Amino acid sequence: MPEVILQMKGINKKFGSNQVLSDVDLTLHRGEVLGLLGENGAGKSTLMKILTGIYSKDSGEIIVEGQAVQINTADEGKKHGIRIIHQELMLGQNISVAENIYMGQEIVNKFGFADLKKQLAQAQKLLDQYGLGIKADQILRELTIAQQQMVEIVRAISFGARIVVMDEPTSSLSQSEVELLYSMIERLKKEGVGIIYISHKLNELFDITDKITVLRDGMYIDTVDTGKTDKDELVQMMVGREIENYYYRTNHPALETIMKVEHLADGRLVKDVTFDLRRGEILGCAGLVGAGRSETMQCIMGLTGRTGGTVEIEGKDVCFGSLQEAIRAGLGYVPEDRKLSGLFLQQSVDYNITINRLGELIRMLKIDRVKEQKMVSEKIAEFSIKSRGVDQSVSELSGGNQQKILIARWVLSAEKILILDEPTRGVDVKSKAEIYQLIDKIANNGVSVILVSSELAELINMSDRICVFCDGHTTGMLEKKDFLQETIMTLATN
Amino acid sequence: MSFFRKLQGCLTGLINFIRRNSGILIGLFCMIVFLILTQPAFLKVSNLTNVIRQISVNILLACAMTLVIIIGGIDLSVGSIIAISGCLSAGFITFNNMNSVAAILLAILIGTAVGGLNGIMISRTKIPPFIVTLATMNIGRGAIRVYTHSKTILVDDALYSFLGEGRLFGELPIQFVFIVFAVVFCGLILNRTKFGRNIYAVGDNRQAAEYTGINVRRVIFFVFVISGFMAALAGILTCTRTYSGQPNVGTGAEMDAISAVVLGGTSMTGGVGTVGGTVIGCLVIGIMNNGMNLMGIDSSWQYVVKGVVVLLAVFIDYVKKENKVSGLRIRALRISERKGGE
Repeated sequence: MPEVILQMKGINKKFGSNQVLSDVDLTLHRGEVLGLLGENGAGKSTLMKILTGIYSKDSGEIIVEGQAVQINTADEGKKHGIRIIHQELMLGQNISVAENIYMGQEIVNKFGFADLKKQLAQAQKLLDQYGLGIKADQILRELTIAQQQMVEIVRAISFGARIVVMDEPTSSLSQSEVELLYSMIERLKKEGVGIIYISHKLNELFDITDKITVLRDGMYIDTVDTGKTDKDELVQMMVGREIENYYYRTNHPALETIMKVEHLADGRLVKDVTFDLRRGEILGCAGLVGAGRSETMQCIMGLTGRTGGTVEIEGKDVCFGSLQEAIRAGLGYVPEDRKLSGLFLQQSVDYNITINRLGELIRMLKIDRVKEQKMVSEKIAEFSIKSRGVDQSVSELSGGNQQKILIARWVLSAEKILILDEPTRGVDVKSKAEIYQLIDKIANNGVSVILVSSELAELINMSDRICVFCDGHTTGMLEKKDFLQETIMTLATN
Repeated sequence: MSFFRKLQGCLTGLINFIRRNSGILIGLFCMIVFLILTQPAFLKVSNLTNVIRQISVNILLACAMTLVIIIGGIDLSVGSIIAISGCLSAGFITFNNMNSVAAILLAILIGTAVGGLNGIMISRTKIPPFIVTLATMNIGRGAIRVYTHSKTILVDDALYSFLGEGRLFGELPIQFVFIVFAVVFCGLILNRTKFGRNIYAVGDNRQAAEYTGINVRRVIFFVFVISGFMAALAGILTCTRTYSGQPNVGTGAEMDAISAVVLGGTSMTGGVGTVGGTVIGCLVIGIMNNGMNLMGIDSSWQYVVKGVVVLLAVFIDYVKKENKVSGLRIRALRISERKGGE
């Protein structure tokens, strides 16, 4: 058994009267990857913020390499060799890789000026050592997200980090980029670095971790060996009960075609896309990142221009010049990144839900408050959106509730076709199950749903048919009986 | 029944409004009480009409500036638009012997067009509004100096004098009508129209607005048109007060308008703000100026005081917001500090 590098014992933390952590333990060994699992609000990030010195604990002990330490500021965390790689990278986009690596620990010459040459050479040595193929003098924004992440990890190592926390590190990586991350993690393990790996994706935890610690409602539940557990057990530990029918698809739709897309192209990522959509079905869209799925949807919705092909809705040829036209025709599009291109975070819950239906609510300087209230309260009940009130600002809500608000907005205006782009990304397990039930209900109401997702399990379990994309082309349309991970991956990579 | 419900709705709205603007309202109240107690001249009818006249231009500008700042923009050209519409109206009457109604309407139209020009450039490109309006500010000021040969244009016209000095119902200055118009116009747009809600959407998250099917370009364009229109109107009010078009009028007016908007709680990053708050901001600045005049404070010092007040108000607002977000956290930290100190 390798030695223990980090121990957190009996950590307690209260915000006001709200006990967010009660007696939480965590043990990390040298060269080990420990998965940290729990729903949103289970206390994972609070625990990590205590470890890295952003919050201070109320009671409990932190022992690093056998010595009890006090970590009250982020600086002290750094001193003890603890670094966190955030979901959003903390790098300067317009400066070089080398400058990023040595930010805050600049190498200076004897006159106290920054020694850029030496910095560049040393940074290059570090990058080569990990076989990254990144040039130290490149400007950061020219790198891919995955490469930038590697830079952040190298930076952590150059600070002498012995304990690295990774918060949802794969959330914006493609499959091949994830492999790069995995091999980096393997290297770090060999060097004896302890890694705490936070992720919602259970598959990943099985791929990369040695042990998994589960938290629920601020309490320590258990730590299990990854090899000796399975998905069902983890989910059960996480939510405290078994979620029955996690995926939820009840109905099987009619065969009437509502939309036909043929040889669609946008002159960029969409090259030759052909598929049909049936009334009330859930059509899954599978493919790797960059296969042109989101771009196809944006092209259909009139958000980007079309250079070729046809789209037929209910037998009529359509070409939307703007999103407004698509909305008027009964289409809806829930974009991939809810914070960037979906929600109005500073505005209230009701504002965000009704924004697509204002035409009916506001007439001649009069707002139909009764109708507005009815519309909003119906959706809040139907979608079980939890907030302090309809006037609470959306920024204060959890990711799951935010996503439900966004879907509610579009359900209100999409009468025929609703496109959902990664509707469960960054959402906790419980909200995920709720969103699946909602999608099922939407389809059963006769609305055709296009589900774009990178999670194969989600596609396989929710879709009635799956359309596979590869490099801007559609490479296959699978019926339910043919849903196999291998088949889909083959089509997606051919 | 429905009447009572409406009354109730109005009351809760009012209470919410007071609560949201509590800080600045208390400041305004204290200032008024102080002036009433120390400056007997403050409450005189002649002084109050003077205050209304003085703040009218700023209210017009600031109400429209509220919309501009909510969409995440800024309009530095309003001061120059004042000079453009004011001097042109004077020039049309004096140089071209134009009918005064036609001259004023045409001048307003041209001022509005400058706003439209801002709007087109800002909505069609990604050039920041600060740069675009900085440029039109300089171009406008220069052009009007060329037009006037940097000399004052005197006007002798009945309507012109009435708009400057006229009174309604005995004592009420005509400018009050314009104040009410500006507040109601901008207030209704923001609160009672689809366009108004879209303004908040564009300022909160432009990309999300685009992905929601809002015609973002159109929203931005019309907001700058409104700003140009209000500034043009303000130009007429400014020049009619002196019966003349002076090429330097309105210099620095944009800064007073921005100050009032910020005092009124509108966020410079966009997405948040109310016309009501802006009106209070204008009252604070206007009454403060008037008070300092009554007390005989040197005008150079008035600038210093104005700047300090804006900084103070924004700072208080910042502290309030920080506390709301991290109040619990700060308390938790204090508790743990105390424990650590033991």
